[in-house]
Amino acid sequence: MSEYIKELLYKMADDQLIIGHRNSEWTGLGPLLEEDIAFSSMAQDKVGQSQHLYQLLHELGASDPDTVAFTRNAKQFHCCQLVELPIGDYSFSIVRHFLFDFAEALRFEALSNSSFQPLAQVARKFKGEIKYHTLHANTWMQQLGNGNEESKAKMQSALNEAWPYALGIFEKGHFENQLIENKVFFGEEALKQQWLDLVSPLIKKAGLKVPHGTKNTKGIGGRVGIHTEYLQPLLNEMTEVYAIDPSADW
Amino acid sequence: MNRKDVANILYTIKDPEIPTLSIVDLGIVTDIQVQKNRVDVVLTPTFSGCPALKVMEEMVEEKLLKQDEIDQVNVNTRFDHQWTSDMISEQGKKDIKKIGLAPPKKSCGGVTWDFIEEVDCPKCGSPQTVLKNPFGPTLCRSIHHCENCLETFEAIKTVH
Repeated sequence: MSEYIKELLYKMADDQLIIGHRNSEWTGLGPLLEEDIAFSSMAQDKVGQSQHLYQLLHELGASDPDTVAFTRNAKQFHCCQLVELPIGDYSFSIVRHFLFDFAEALRFEALSNSSFQPLAQVARKFKGEIKYHTLHANTWMQQLGNGNEESKAKMQSALNEAWPYALGIFEKGHFENQLIENKVFFGEEALKQQWLDLVSPLIKKAGLKVPHGTKNTKGIGGRVGIHTEYLQPLLNEMTEVYAIDPSADW
Repeated sequence: MNRKDVANILYTIKDPEIPTLSIVDLGIVTDIQVQKNRVDVVLTPTFSGCPALKVMEEMVEEKLLKQDEIDQVNVNTRFDHQWTSDMISEQGKKDIKKIGLAPPKKSCGGVTWDFIEEVDCPKCGSPQTVLKNPFGPTLCRSIHHCENCLETFEAIKTVH
């Protein structure tokens, strides 16, 4: 019975771990000291959330969180392709952060009423934390979108590039119907609709155009283990210390 | 030794990131059970990624094991009571202010972006402040600037 719950937990935990790692790549490189702090803090939140989701998986029979996080290869990951893309320039990272974190905020809100209580409990926790992430994302989206010609052009270009991948957040898994029937989660399609209704006006307010198309064209497959060329090198880097000495402790 | 005695002992443990604040006033101790010489304590994280949590678990265990009447301690971190900043006691808010941080405002669940930005200056008390960064030196802090006394200060985030 828990297979469908595990599928949902895996994709959420993997999303958090991978975007957390990408966020951490801004540590020491942020365009402003405060942005350095912001992306580092968000990395800490995301990786912390992933740990609690892996813990729930562990309680459902999976290996311990460190083993699950650090010993799988790319094909065994269920993150969406959006989170694994390189950080790019700052405009791309802000746009991805905006598109992804609003989807997360809505997902956590929905899951705080999940019939699977352990997930509902962590979702109620996460939804308070993510308000600071969406506030940060929207502040920069508005500021740079409504900035000068150069910032506007960069943001629009990043948005056009990230958009199809963002639609991949909502790719359905094998057990989508069971998740809905058992009231664990209201489903990716409903989430996508809520997300479009939320982000579209904010994109317009930032003086940018909402890219055409709400159907996936590229950026899908992540949920079933099909990833971009960027995920495996990221995993190699992330697990370097663990690979050298799995018993290392600090 | 009863639950109240254990709570009194835990009261002496301070948040490693806010040395004036007891972990009991912080609101993270959500359950205490005592059975003969065994004590079970449940903690709930303030933030999911808080690195101080592990330190606090160890501090609780170490402190309780020092008591003659206790020889077994189990500290569990659970989410069945989700921490919100409303769980910080009135005393806790005073202790936060003592080291120059702005305590969170009572939210009753309605934390909006505007609410996050409305923080009174802990130095002069003015509500004329602006949010400079929703993230700060630790996960639980944001950075604000007071337009009245021109001081830049940190606030403990309102979370709900």
